[in-house]
Amino acid sequence: MAVQKMTIAKALNAGLRAAMEKDPKVLIQGEDVGKLGGVFRITEHLQKDFGEDRVIDTPLAESGILGTAIGMALRGYRPVVEIQFDGFVYPAFDQIVSQLAKLHSRSRGAIKVPVVVRIPMGGGIGAVEHHSESNEAYFAHTLGLKVVFCSNPTDAYWMIQQAIETDDPVIFYEPKRRYHEKGEIDVDVPPARDLFSANVVRQGTDATVACYGPMVRTCLDAAKVAEEEGSSLEVIDLRSVSPLDIDTLTTSVTKTGRLVVVTEAHSFVGLSAEIAAAVTERCFYSLEAPVIRVTGWNAPYPPSKIEEHFLPDLDRVLDGVDRALAH
Amino acid sequence: MSDDVVADVTRGQLAGGVDHHESTLRSRSRGPFDGGPDMIQLLDPEGQRVLHGGAQEYAHHIDALTDEDLRGFYRDLVLIRRFDLEATALQRQGELGLWVSLLGQEASQIGCGRALRPQDHAFPGYREHGIAWCRGLDPMRLIAMYRGVDRCAWDPKEFGFHTYTIVIGNQVLLGTGYAMGVQRDGDVGTGDPDRDTAVIAFMGDGATAQGDVNEGFVFAGVNDSPIVFFCQNNQWAISEPNERQMRSPIYKRADGFGFPGVRVDGNDVLATYAVTKEMLDRARSGQGPSLIEAYTYRMAAHTTSDDPTKYRFSAEVEMWKLRDPIARFKTWLGHEGIADHDFFVAVDAEADELASNVREATVTMGDPEVADIFDNVYVEPHRQVEDDRAVQAAYAASFDDEGVA
Ligand SMILES: Cc1ncc(C[n+]2csc(CCOP(=O)(O)OP(=O)(O)O)c2C)c(N)n1
Ligand SMILES: [Mg+2]
Repeated sequence: MAVQKMTIAKALNAGLRAAMEKDPKVLIQGEDVGKLGGVFRITEHLQKDFGEDRVIDTPLAESGILGTAIGMALRGYRPVVEIQFDGFVYPAFDQIVSQLAKLHSRSRGAIKVPVVVRIPMGGGIGAVEHHSESNEAYFAHTLGLKVVFCSNPTDAYWMIQQAIETDDPVIFYEPKRRYHEKGEIDVDVPPARDLFSANVVRQGTDATVACYGPMVRTCLDAAKVAEEEGSSLEVIDLRSVSPLDIDTLTTSVTKTGRLVVVTEAHSFVGLSAEIAAAVTERCFYSLEAPVIRVTGWNAPYPPSKIEEHFLPDLDRVLDGVDRALAH
Repeated sequence: MSDDVVADVTRGQLAGGVDHHESTLRSRSRGPFDGGPDMIQLLDPEGQRVLHGGAQEYAHHIDALTDEDLRGFYRDLVLIRRFDLEATALQRQGELGLWVSLLGQEASQIGCGRALRPQDHAFPGYREHGIAWCRGLDPMRLIAMYRGVDRCAWDPKEFGFHTYTIVIGNQVLLGTGYAMGVQRDGDVGTGDPDRDTAVIAFMGDGATAQGDVNEGFVFAGVNDSPIVFFCQNNQWAISEPNERQMRSPIYKRADGFGFPGVRVDGNDVLATYAVTKEMLDRARSGQGPSLIEAYTYRMAAHTTSDDPTKYRFSAEVEMWKLRDPIARFKTWLGHEGIADHDFFVAVDAEADELASNVREATVTMGDPEVADIFDNVYVEPHRQVEDDRAVQAAYAASFDDEGVA
């Protein structure tokens, strides 16, 4: 009964449970994570099973959530904190940037702060303001933090456990609009790759499509349609955006000669810009076309009635691919 | 509801029995929810005029009201509740993305909102529909926001009502700074009732944990700023009860910041009006900030996305139903002969009409233009935004061409 069908949400819940069973120092804190099990139910039943000391319903203060998590880490715990929505992490920004990211270097290696910050990210759920943001660039730009995205149930299950075992602080993004997508997980087969390696989720020859988080499903769907239209796309789920698995990218681009980077976040000074630059520096002579970026528009996230026009969708990915192939 | 159930609730049974593990932490029981001896109350749940908790010093503000004012309060209460229920129904039918109900908090907001003067400025959270109503904002602006059609598309200067603020606590600092501006303009303590200005900032019980809120208190305190901090303690912050947010009553905290704090029965529109009026007058006359804790209850789910059966017992809700803010006020108005049967019937009819107008306007509301995405990002043009505006327009047009071909 090792293979189970699970949603991303359930897989995260199971992964957290496994981590808590394995290591008594792992604890969870955040708003509504206890009795309610979180607004997305990712921590459902964990307080009932592990007690209020290990699953803490905190006061409503993100700086407090982060700062005290760091303090508990200093005392030997491995806190996993939940930020309720992407747009509510900013009150904690100071603690994340000034302490979480820097304590290891500030103490010249004496201190480790193995805190995991879980953030349900991105749009597409018809939400009001501040509930649909892609703010990974702020954290990826902060050295000292590792930043990863899960995109499917198997990764959700293993990556959350790997993040908890990592001695560096990890910002762990969850694609909230994909929470209910299902997949099969074999919980007995150990993870295929380490937390910071990219995954070539579809092999192809004509162009490489690099993406992460919620865009992976979109790009895989686009690759299927492209195949029907006669082009073969290689899709890379980056999984980690800091560190960035540049070798997997360059190997692929050397083969295909074209790169399309797809992110929900807007392009200006974002991860897509970093990826385009890093690949261009290394693969200039293999590239047949400029690196194309397909991203959210350079504008604040819009009211939900028009969010579908903001988010990159299958058509926009294919349009980007066409532009790359036109060269 | 039987007395036993009430007794169970008030004994704090609700907090117990959750986890199988013994916590090393102190756990506190809930209740008894009576607001304690300090709570200002002018109208008890049975609709009797009372003077609880030192209410004497506030009662004169009620004596100054006309019967028409009082009937107006009733009309406001009924209409805003009807509007809110209609919005909840519209959300259930898929017409709104989300609705944040104010059910149970009508008296807190109408009592407070009617104490404001035109020149005052309010800084709401996301549940302040009753305040918006009192400030003259078209309720459809709120509907548009929660329908996902628009942002907070009103000019705060026009209504003395800032944008809704969803990030918990942010608005408290904004209000404090606005009040510092009012001070610098000399619009306090002149004695001119049309000039002296107060600011009011809203927050929930959960919000009192937030850094911004506490910093707002500190800044207003050291600056003697003309601001009233109005906290609606509806007992819950989503699934977390007061016990998870604080160890001392909210109104008592003001003392530590150096200004007065008052707890008022937030389900008593007279008390809420009188206390808010007093504190706004205080701010306008240059005596500085204050904190009002309106002790009330969130009768509905946190939002339409929430399922409160996961974390609270219906017995608690039932108990609060007995303290309904509208029922007690209606009883009193009738008993005093301030309003009669015909008046109540007319208000109900007006509420029905409001609801049907809101429904009609909601279902016929158009979607925004996609190009709106790029509007108002900056005051002046910005190259990258404008580039994307052009790219998006060309991309959208490519589909039109396909359609033609
Ligand atoms: C900074 C921030 N963190 C988290 C949230 C999510 N959230 C929205 S409302 C809410 C609870 C607020 O409780 P309270 O302050 O008591 O106000 P109420 O909703 O009860 O009126 C939370 C946690 C948010 N909006 N902003
Ligand atoms: Mg509350």
